[in-house]
Amino acid sequence: MSYIDFLKEYGHRFLDGTLVTAEQFFLATLLAICIALLAGLMKLSRNRLIRGVAVVYIEFFRGTSLLVQLYWIFFVLPLFGLTFEKFTAGFVAVGMNLGAYGAELVRGGIQSVPKGQWEAAYALSLSPFKRMWRIILPQAFVNMLPPWGNLLIELLKNTALVALISVSDLMFEAKQINGSTFLSAQTFGTALIIYYVLARFVVTPFMRWLERVMRRKLGRA
Amino acid sequence: MMDEDFSQYPLELTGDDIPMVRFSRVSKRYGALTVLDNLDLDVAAGEMITIIGPSGSGKTTVLRMLMTLETINEGVIYVDGKPLTHMEKCGKLVRADRRYLRQMRAQIGMCFQHFNLFPHMTALENCMEGPVQVLGMKKAAARARSEELLELVGMADKRDQHPARLSGGQQQRVAIARALAMRPKVMLFDEVTSALDPEVIGEVTTVIRNLVDKHNLTMLMVTHQMGFAKDISDRVCFFFDGKIEEQNSPEELFSNPQKERTQQFLSAVKEAG
Amino acid sequence: MPFNWNWAFTWEILPKLLHAALNTLLAAGLGYAIAVVLGLILALAQRTPSRAVTFVIREFVEFIRSTPLILQIFFVYYVGPQFGLRLGPWTAGMIAIGLHYSAYLSEVYRGGLQAVPKGQWEACTALNLSPAKTYWRIIIPQAIPSALAGMGNYLVGIFKDTPMLSVIGVAELMHTANAIGSSSYRYLEPYTLVGIIFLAISLPTAALIRIFEGYVRRKLGLK
Ligand SMILES: Nc1ncnc2c1ncn2[C@@H]1O[C@H](COP(=O)(O)OP(=O)(O)OP(=O)(O)O)[C@@H](O)[C@H]1O
Ligand SMILES: [Mg+2]
Repeated sequence: MSYIDFLKEYGHRFLDGTLVTAEQFFLATLLAICIALLAGLMKLSRNRLIRGVAVVYIEFFRGTSLLVQLYWIFFVLPLFGLTFEKFTAGFVAVGMNLGAYGAELVRGGIQSVPKGQWEAAYALSLSPFKRMWRIILPQAFVNMLPPWGNLLIELLKNTALVALISVSDLMFEAKQINGSTFLSAQTFGTALIIYYVLARFVVTPFMRWLERVMRRKLGRA
Repeated sequence: MMDEDFSQYPLELTGDDIPMVRFSRVSKRYGALTVLDNLDLDVAAGEMITIIGPSGSGKTTVLRMLMTLETINEGVIYVDGKPLTHMEKCGKLVRADRRYLRQMRAQIGMCFQHFNLFPHMTALENCMEGPVQVLGMKKAAARARSEELLELVGMADKRDQHPARLSGGQQQRVAIARALAMRPKVMLFDEVTSALDPEVIGEVTTVIRNLVDKHNLTMLMVTHQMGFAKDISDRVCFFFDGKIEEQNSPEELFSNPQKERTQQFLSAVKEAG
Repeated sequence: MPFNWNWAFTWEILPKLLHAALNTLLAAGLGYAIAVVLGLILALAQRTPSRAVTFVIREFVEFIRSTPLILQIFFVYYVGPQFGLRLGPWTAGMIAIGLHYSAYLSEVYRGGLQAVPKGQWEACTALNLSPAKTYWRIIIPQAIPSALAGMGNYLVGIFKDTPMLSVIGVAELMHTANAIGSSSYRYLEPYTLVGIIFLAISLPTAALIRIFEGYVRRKLGLK
């Protein structure tokens, strides 16, 4: 079977899988951003309890493997009466895991904003919330965008693990096709190329674009 | 860059008084920017030449080309009568290869504005690095030489300190000792006091003064300290726009500058204090 | 509460899991050793004057870094047999994980080398050190401290990625836990224990690496 025939026969399945991967990526990214903001801010809190919760969360999710977390959420949480559908379990695990890494970026980004900015906001007697939301976070956001670009690539790659709980993403489809055709080079090769294209020609350019836009908004272009 | 013709340059300098360093119609360009324009400059053995001039006039570039840190676009530099940037091949001059450059630049030592000491080595180890690793000296002999030189620059008591624990002036003195340890014939100093606090400049200039008085080294020095230049140089070259605008003995150049640009520069420097 | 922790079961499976943890450590260690050496080769090869070599290696590194490790593991394991070359799970796993992390480590080395100030290279030229001695005695010792943090992170990273080797049958922790789960229908204890074992190893290791980094910096006299 030529590679063209192979693509004709299985192309639609790669496409379906890619769509599921894209959904997983998108939902996990949203979750990771929310968690990262929350845990990152909590880690900067003056309250020791709040800080402690954030530290435990971050250290726990960064200290164990995503695969362990995924299996735990999918196989063990139901025992506590918390049952996720596999699709949900997949992006929740990926999002919670990468959110822990993102929290450190948020913390670093906020700390990179010069002290003078805090004091200026304070001098204008902005409320703490407005100070954070309107003055500090926008600047922190620009500073942490480049590492977030890398993190999102990691997140995209990590979504491949959801195939192991039978979410029918790109990785899963590749495994299935390989199981029925034994054309491993074609199957896994195609999947590798699709992931590469997504990372290199979709996610990365998007992040670069976002960096440019944000920098212009802050007048730093 | 193929088949460049260097036939108008001699393979070797001959005659009675060969200069220690000769720049012969040397040009340097970065893209469209000409940094050095057809420079001719002879430095006699044992001579101390100071280069002054406004920022961007090409002072550093002169020293860096002599240290072979920069390639050369046109012209030939000779050291002790032999071409430095070029070598003889089948009776013609061609661009020097890496081996030839390594062999030739052993005659030249350089001190930098920002010292560039090796941070993971002590003062003594910094000085011993060249003699042991390049000249192949025995450790004991290299150590003796280095200690002597550290003594000369007044840093003997700090020989086991790492650079991070030394002040700027102390680091620069170690850097001078490190360069001297290679026994160069020509020493280059590029604004060695510019990165220093005013109160420690003296300790470095004293060391250089000492070298001028007691050792028969050929030296080229770039500096912004006019007083120091006046005191110790045999000749001062005023650079402007990649050319030597004026050169003379320090007494003449500082008290009686001939060119308008020299006068402007000197009065501007005087005003700045 | 619907869940109940079974201590007797825990004590029964713990030795098996701890034994499997040794395999996990072995896999991480072997994979890391490959990555450390191969990464250095990839980093130095990018500094050769040849533009073509640099370009090809950069693209290769980019490709490895932007595709999932799990897929690479499958690829290495299954593609061999298609062409008549059968690799065991361990061999395939070590190749895949070693190659994957060598791409990351090459970036760490590159960053470390680039962090060495230009003046250091110039001082080496002024002292007439040979290129080999310049690298070996001056540049690399200074690149190490800034590379150590990254190297440490990836050591922990490779350790946490070893569970992926379970998919091709390497008998490490995850594989063992899966086997226990599917034969006893109890998932709570094995998966929880695996999580605890990972935490118990990766957190102290990360702390040790930070201490070691400080030690090396002091040893080299860098502040
Ligand atoms: N690597 C380079 N690429 C492009 N231009 C350069 C480079 N190095 C130097 N130049 C330019 O060459 C010119 C001369 O530089 P040089 O460093 O010799 O000046 P200088 O006389 O030492 O000045 P200063 O007193 O500021 O040290 C400057 O215009 C500088 O911008
Ligand atoms: Mg200069």
